[in-house]
Amino acid sequence: MVKPVQRLDELVDTEALSPGHSACAGCGAMIAVRQILMAAPHPLIVVNATGCVEVVSTQIPHTAWNIPYIHVAFENAAAVASGVEAALDVLEAKGLGRRHHILVLAGDGGTADIGLQALSGAFERGHRFVYVCYDNEAYMNTGIQRSSLTPLGAWSRTTPAGKLEEKKDLVAIATAHRIPYAATATIFFWKDLVNKVRKAFTFDGPSFIHVYAPCNRGWYFNPAETVRLSKLAVETRYFPLYEVERGVYRINYFVATPKPLEMFLKPQGRFQHLLKPENSHLMEALKQSVDRRWEELVVLSQRGKQAYAAMQG
Amino acid sequence: MQRLHAPVLLSGNDAVALAVKQSDVDVVAAYPITPQTTIVEKLSKYVADGELRARFISVESEHSALSACVGAAAAGARCFTATSSQGLALMHEVMYIAAGMRVPVVMAVANRTLSAPINIHCDHSDIMGSRDSGWVQIFCENVQEAYSRVIQAFRLAEDSRVQLPVAVNLDGFTLSHCYEAVQPLEDEDVRGYLPRRRRVVLDYESPVTMGGLSLPNTYFEIKLEQARALESSKHVFREVVKAYPGEKDGLDVVDVYNPGASVKAVCLGSTAGTLRHVAKTYGFDVGVVNVKLFRPFPREEVLAALSEAGLVAVFDRALSPGAAANPLTSDVKALLYDAGLRKPVWTVVYGLGGRDLTTAVVRKLLEELVEAAYAGRQEARTVYLREVAAW
Ligand SMILES: Cc1ncc(C[n+]2csc(CCOP(=O)(O)OP(=O)(O)O)c2C)c(N)n1
Ligand code: SF4
Ligand SMILES: [Mg+2]
Repeated sequence: MVKPVQRLDELVDTEALSPGHSACAGCGAMIAVRQILMAAPHPLIVVNATGCVEVVSTQIPHTAWNIPYIHVAFENAAAVASGVEAALDVLEAKGLGRRHHILVLAGDGGTADIGLQALSGAFERGHRFVYVCYDNEAYMNTGIQRSSLTPLGAWSRTTPAGKLEEKKDLVAIATAHRIPYAATATIFFWKDLVNKVRKAFTFDGPSFIHVYAPCNRGWYFNPAETVRLSKLAVETRYFPLYEVERGVYRINYFVATPKPLEMFLKPQGRFQHLLKPENSHLMEALKQSVDRRWEELVVLSQRGKQAYAAMQG
Repeated sequence: MQRLHAPVLLSGNDAVALAVKQSDVDVVAAYPITPQTTIVEKLSKYVADGELRARFISVESEHSALSACVGAAAAGARCFTATSSQGLALMHEVMYIAAGMRVPVVMAVANRTLSAPINIHCDHSDIMGSRDSGWVQIFCENVQEAYSRVIQAFRLAEDSRVQLPVAVNLDGFTLSHCYEAVQPLEDEDVRGYLPRRRRVVLDYESPVTMGGLSLPNTYFEIKLEQARALESSKHVFREVVKAYPGEKDGLDVVDVYNPGASVKAVCLGSTAGTLRHVAKTYGFDVGVVNVKLFRPFPREEVLAALSEAGLVAVFDRALSPGAAANPLTSDVKALLYDAGLRKPVWTVVYGLGGRDLTTAVVRKLLEELVEAAYAGRQEARTVYLREVAAW
């Protein structure tokens, strides 16, 4: 058990990611990556899938990375990480290298869509790494196309009339692999995020963190609002903060009285059509899906409490 | 003084697995597919029995197999994978990346045709589909060669002047499942031949960024440099063969039988043995040019072997539908054209989907070739050897 961080000065003070990369101003994903890197133990290797984070940080002949970093393709970050992990394990045993901590960074597309098979395989094999999906709810690098994590109702360039399907439950998918640790997090709640990262690295196996990362470019909002939107996502119950440790669910930020969902939706251009009266059915469907998800979580976490109590005897 | 084992009876796949074990690989990541499967089955057993100190990653697809190898090689491991056919097609994307990232992965390809229709038997469609991926590509004639080439492949791939992935091709079933007497090396000889070399790897003490984004202002130079490394790997290949502590006869970039003959048959893989056998047995004055190193294509050596020929027959075991010529024929014709040599070149398409190349069929063809050469016929022909042997 690592001692939870309470103050900023308890975090690593060296920047593993240099400023001067080419992400959009106010990029939520890059704020998340920076927080994660301040919390992750060293020595650390980063494995990255194709997507915004990779493209904005590695433009040859420059690099923003002050730690070892590898990008191979879009759908295979978990497989690449499997190879890195296995290699360093054997090389250390042979006296030819040493084990590093491994952090995988992939977008919602690279994780929940095209990369899901590689991720599932790596989870099942039990490689020791922390896999972070930074979720900006669309394929941003290719210009805002929908992913299976794009929310119901949201506009994207391939859902011009609003997406008709619900967001996939990524943590449930991860948890179904019986991995030791899975959690959600977002940037406003930085203490929650960094402590989850620190905890994730303590397990001898794969851990998964689903990080909500607002993208002003793809969601059409004022870049100054990135962090506030990440807060509203939680406070409206749209993106609950919870963790699943060895199958036991725990809500980390209990939202007793949620703020109206509109507060989260209104500042974002991608939801403007939802606010029109003729689309009230879509808005209703989105609200129902948010409520249902929260209720499910409450049930799961109550079961978790009982399980936890039973475990304590 | 070499201390050699007594010869042992091994299938092509067993020989490859033994070579990989003796090469002291650190990571094997692979996925089953016929006719390669028994290579990785054997390797997983070596690891389970403690005979090979490696991690065997049972990945969920070939795409992940090669991806894991790229990651492992980037982290400094010596690693190996094997595949065939659909598996190689699924790896296609990562093959280009492995070469572009200059990782020294070694892969055995037990050649098999591609679907549809689905068919598990040999031809070269699989590797020809990845012909331009930037890998060193070696073709083996027999089981002994498959064994030796795998060991040589590690030395070649890891040479700092090369640093490229290497594919060792062995004809599916014809070699992968055929048992032959193999003369293995002693373990210590293999270790001595494959010292661990330092290279840039993922390491916290000296951080590097691998697989970065390149824009039009840098991409061209990076790819040219990579192509040059592949080009010059021919010389390193020769050094690697020269330094090999076992039998090296017939292991040069090209192996030429009957160099003085006016009719020359050019081929890849196990077919060379069949062609030589028929030529010898029935007394045809036909030369056989066996291209061992297919990429980089040994232009000077193939040209030297063909420059005096009156008629050239190129045996292609893959189609390139809609192209000006099938893959090997296309290389040979380009070579002759550049050298200003105008001679009749036949393309002989054979063995698709595992159709046997019988001695009877070869005999008939060699007869035709010799006749055509004698008559001085200048036209190029495409011949399809489609006779079905009795099942
Ligand atoms: C096999 C393959 N298909 C498609 C692409 C094109 N592509 C590159 S990044 C990307 C979307 C990335 O989306 P996500 O994973 O959500 O990351 P983001 O860009 O949003 O950070 C796509 C479709 C690719 N590189 N490789
Ligand atoms: S498009 Fe979005 S995710 Fe990509 S760099 Fe810009 S703000 Fe960040
Ligand atoms: Mg995305």
